Amino acid sequence: MTLALAGVGYRYAGAAEPALLDINLELRAGEVVGLAGASESGKTTLCLVAAGLAPRAIGGMLRGRISIDGEDVDAWPMHRLSERVAMGFQSPTTQLSQVTGTVFEEVAFGPMNLGVPRDEIVERTREALDTLGITELSERDPRRLSGGQQQLLAIAGLLAMRPAHLVLDEPTAQLDPEGTRLVTDALAALATAGASILVAEQKTDVLAAIASRAVVLDAGRIALAGPTQEVLRDPRLAELGVTPPAAVRMRLAALAAGIDERLIGEALAGA
Amino acid sequence: MLELQADALAHVYRQGGVRALDGVDLRIGPGERVAIIGQNGSGKSTLVRHLNGLLRPTEGRILIDGADARDRRVAELAGLIGVVFQDPDRQIFSGSVIEEVRFGPRNLGRRGTELSDAVSEALEATGLSGQESRNPYDLGQSRRKLLGLASVLAMRTPVLVLDEPTAGLDRDGIARVRSVVESVSGAGRTVIAISHDMEFVAELFSRVAVMRSGRVILDGSAAEVFDARNREVLRSTNLEAPFAARVAERMALASAVTESAVVAGLLSSARAAQ
Repeated sequence: MTLALAGVGYRYAGAAEPALLDINLELRAGEVVGLAGASESGKTTLCLVAAGLAPRAIGGMLRGRISIDGEDVDAWPMHRLSERVAMGFQSPTTQLSQVTGTVFEEVAFGPMNLGVPRDEIVERTREALDTLGITELSERDPRRLSGGQQQLLAIAGLLAMRPAHLVLDEPTAQLDPEGTRLVTDALAALATAGASILVAEQKTDVLAAIASRAVVLDAGRIALAGPTQEVLRDPRLAELGVTPPAAVRMRLAALAAGIDERLIGEALAGA
Repeated sequence: MLELQADALAHVYRQGGVRALDGVDLRIGPGERVAIIGQNGSGKSTLVRHLNGLLRPTEGRILIDGADARDRRVAELAGLIGVVFQDPDRQIFSGSVIEEVRFGPRNLGRRGTELSDAVSEALEATGLSGQESRNPYDLGQSRRKLLGLASVLAMRTPVLVLDEPTAGLDRDGIARVRSVVESVSGAGRTVIAISHDMEFVAELFSRVAVMRSGRVILDGSAAEVFDARNREVLRSTNLEAPFAARVAERMALASAVTESAVVAGLLSSARAAQ
């Protein structure tokens, strides 16, 4: 199952300039693709377009073609698309339904809307809560959680929908290292089960951990693309407004100080 | 300049009955730079919301210069302690960048050049000069977050509190937050930051307080807190030392917790080996 963007451009309603230009990107089954770039380089827009929310839900002008398994999704009704593609927004406050009273109900909300049978909703909800380590919050009010707990909850809701394609905009921004690890493990498992995942992240350490390929946007265009390890080592990364992973930064600083490769290799081995 | 103190501070949220703070004792002197770290839900945001009176203690006290903060109105506290929230969308409400930044200092009674200087200085520091007339919701997440910072910065409060200031920011945004911390602190004002960004914490904050389950379980310099001896304590609240500290530990470079300290340490051990 492949979600493909071919020659895609997008302009927001009322905007003079396009926010995305000439995007060619394939999200293949079993693959996590990382999306990096400076603020306002087009990451969130690309997420909205790939998830089929722009222009469908927010207006604007789309060029090019978006397809799932070769079939143009343009004419698909929203319910058909939402059975296949799910999106996690940057701010969990935007993501949460605001209509449920408990964490358990909030996670069950997505599969309920997809018409999943009742027993399976319960099973999927329990599993998603467990995967993200928030089972003990089950009876809590979603609006009364910490920022990080809300972020975990929002992602649990997406996992319970078991989407074939998942698009996530900054899923770990508010998480502690343990929460980040739970999310990256969950995404890796979802990909292993056959989903394709697009993750926009400022934290390149997270991309290094889970993405096999990475794309860096600059002013709405793809500036760098390739295997994650190569993209994150590219010397142009910093100029593109992206903070390289800690190990890459340390390596560059050590090289600049004139420390020899062997010692650097020893210091960073296994890191 | 103010001294802040939490004295046996406890907070139970009325809805749900969650005991988010369970006896916090913490004294922060004037002009200190303190980072508060700890796992999601450990009570960090609840603690800082007591400093400016957004939340009132269930038990214990907040003392400002030794006097109980309960006797001060929220409006008065707002002029002393500026809090920047982690999610800018919970903070921003004006129709333009300039109105958003003017709102705080105007409310504090600033007028004329005092107002305009504070506003332009805050816009300059956050890289938002030239964006004055834009609608905050036309800005990307990074710049909205910097706008949230600018609007509090313009109030020139003696204490600046930042909740996850680098989360979701790009390289340029993080560099701006760092320079804001340096300049506010350089002017003798207190900076308190909640953060999961351990590099940011280790490089900018002289003191680090670690929270777990509503209590402060460690409080010391970055070098002390991130020392290998405390690894299990950090792990118990889902944290790990910054990358540099972990490299330093493996290479037996004593108490280096920043990238530059590790590079300097590697350089001197390379020279010693020659």
